[in-house]
Amino acid sequence: MINWFKYRVFYFGLSLVLIAGGSYSLLVNGLKLGLDFTGGSLLELKVNAPIGELQTVAEAAIPLASLQQSNDSFILRSRAIDSAQKMQLTETLKIKFGEVSEIRFETIGPLLGQELIQKTLIGLALAVLFILVYLAYRFRDKTFGICAVLAMLHDSLIILGAFSLLGAWLGVEIDALFVTAVLTILSFSVHDTIVLYDRIREDRRLYPQETMVNIANRAISETMTRSVNNSLTIIFMLLSLFVFGGETTRWFVLALLIGTVSGTYSSPFVAVPLLVLIKRNR
Amino acid sequence: MKKKWSVKLLLIWLITLAAAGVNWFRPLKMGLDLQGGAHLVLETDMSQIDVSARAEALNSVKEVIGRRVDLYGVAEPLIQTAQVGGSDRLIVELPGIEDIDQAVALIGQTAQLDFRESLTVEASASAMVFSSTGLTGKDLKKAGVSFAGSGVQSGQAVVDLEFTADGAKKFAGLTQANVGKPLAIFLDDQLVTAPIVNEPILDGRAQISGNFDADSASQLAVQLNAGALPVPVKIIAQKNISATLGAASIDQSLKAGVIGLVLVSLFMVSLYRLPGLIAVVGLIIYGLITLSLYRLIPVTLTLPGIAGLILSVGMAVDSNILIFERFKEERRAGRPFRLALELAFGRAWDAIKDANITTIAVSLILINPFNLQWLNTSGMVRGFALTLLLGVLTSLFTGIFVTRTLMRQFLSKRYD
Repeated sequence: MINWFKYRVFYFGLSLVLIAGGSYSLLVNGLKLGLDFTGGSLLELKVNAPIGELQTVAEAAIPLASLQQSNDSFILRSRAIDSAQKMQLTETLKIKFGEVSEIRFETIGPLLGQELIQKTLIGLALAVLFILVYLAYRFRDKTFGICAVLAMLHDSLIILGAFSLLGAWLGVEIDALFVTAVLTILSFSVHDTIVLYDRIREDRRLYPQETMVNIANRAISETMTRSVNNSLTIIFMLLSLFVFGGETTRWFVLALLIGTVSGTYSSPFVAVPLLVLIKRNR
Repeated sequence: MKKKWSVKLLLIWLITLAAAGVNWFRPLKMGLDLQGGAHLVLETDMSQIDVSARAEALNSVKEVIGRRVDLYGVAEPLIQTAQVGGSDRLIVELPGIEDIDQAVALIGQTAQLDFRESLTVEASASAMVFSSTGLTGKDLKKAGVSFAGSGVQSGQAVVDLEFTADGAKKFAGLTQANVGKPLAIFLDDQLVTAPIVNEPILDGRAQISGNFDADSASQLAVQLNAGALPVPVKIIAQKNISATLGAASIDQSLKAGVIGLVLVSLFMVSLYRLPGLIAVVGLIIYGLITLSLYRLIPVTLTLPGIAGLILSVGMAVDSNILIFERFKEERRAGRPFRLALELAFGRAWDAIKDANITTIAVSLILINPFNLQWLNTSGMVRGFALTLLLGVLTSLFTGIFVTRTLMRQFLSKRYD
């Protein structure tokens, strides 16, 4: 049997390096908050105009913050504008450049962002509480729940760090969907950890004489194929969505992808080694 | 023993057929991001309303806006109230509408109509001062649109007003007192028109002719018919999605889903052979059941919802993989075929159950079924969580019941 526990320094080291890198970026760059958090307007238009001229016209009409070309359309961002201001802009563009077609228009008041953050944190707290209580009940031991939640924290720090870097490099913004992705990954992460825990519980019953280290090693070996195969199926679905699924959900899917990989990794290499460390020292 | 399993097999076939039937006959409800449309969050200005009367005022705003939307002709609009902190809001979703800006204008206007008398005698409209007469939109029985038949405004759209009995009396009195003088019509404190009263109008019918075209006239008529909003409203968030973007999203998601499913199927079959094939059949049944549940409940499918569905496919496969891996293990441990199979089902079930309960809990928190205002209320997030929840529940059924029955039926024949 492979002695997985022996290489714990390597796992913890890898996780620490990734989390430290991500956290550093989080501290320095923060997260690039999208419309859902900051408020403001986004207007996507199809118009046959040179980007320079479009910029001049748009700046005159609305408080334009950025103008970006995406495939065959333009994305304008600004402080929150209303329907009337937007119509004025499109009318002006129509006169100057001919046909204008509006693909999407979003405008969000700044207050809503605060609410979103608040509600997410409340939802998160509830989820964590449930997991702690449920695992303490199912495994008759609160250490299991604590380690599962630590692994969950590990995964969320990895996603947040990754998106902080993506924000700094590619200008990727986080939105309400990103929040959903993080919550989903948290549940996936615990899902994966529980399958492993379940095996540990069973092996403890089967081999009551064995040490915790051996039981954990055995359980990891026994569930490894399942864990990798299962994650691969989810990754296939997500990769397909990432490549073919269109612009709107692309970063959402990437967050899920990163989370799936991290969530799969963190079960045998974070949650269980932590559990063994705590158990062994008692 | 065999016979009992055949009954289960029959049941699976029936369920699959029923699910297929539902999918064939029932339409799938598409969200705004898939069919195009507008999502609005309106905030009401309650500063003039007593705190105890606010809930009622919010409800009547909802009713009036509901009537306007109905009169405007939007199929399956969604209008719900939300109270967040000190702010009373209305969330309005208008799927499939084409002229979004016009609809937004229609919804957001207070539409307080009132008639005012002139206090001055000067002829120039800009210098005129008006005073309220007490005749307002409340005295209106109904409003309609017609086209002026003669005169300088021939062919122009006008809004016809018909007053209630009470309103007709007031209007008669007003016109009698103001012959030869202008009688102004104000909408939301804006002067629409101030025609000169030629003669007293006693039958309670009047016409507003302003600078209307057919659209703006019918819009005003809709607003007047639906009644005035009791309080002013302001749009604090808006999302417009064009139908073309929606159609493109459907195409892309469909393509992604099919390609993903093919990949997963290939993976499963190459890895597990015949059991893998059974898992794929289970997955197809899973897909049929989930989609038919969407149609029956009904669940409005949104882009994040599709992502939730696709993710839950991955999770559905998990139950199968857990069982198969366990089965292989039991076989390696030297157990006979039938016993290994039953052990695998029994032991995998423990893990599947525990693991899925947390996903169910998290999706319930996101769905927020009791509509708690301090939890998530975003429709998009809820849609995603609902598809995830349905996916997990269905996968428990197909992963356990369907796969188990099929495996018992088809595998045992081969190995026994």
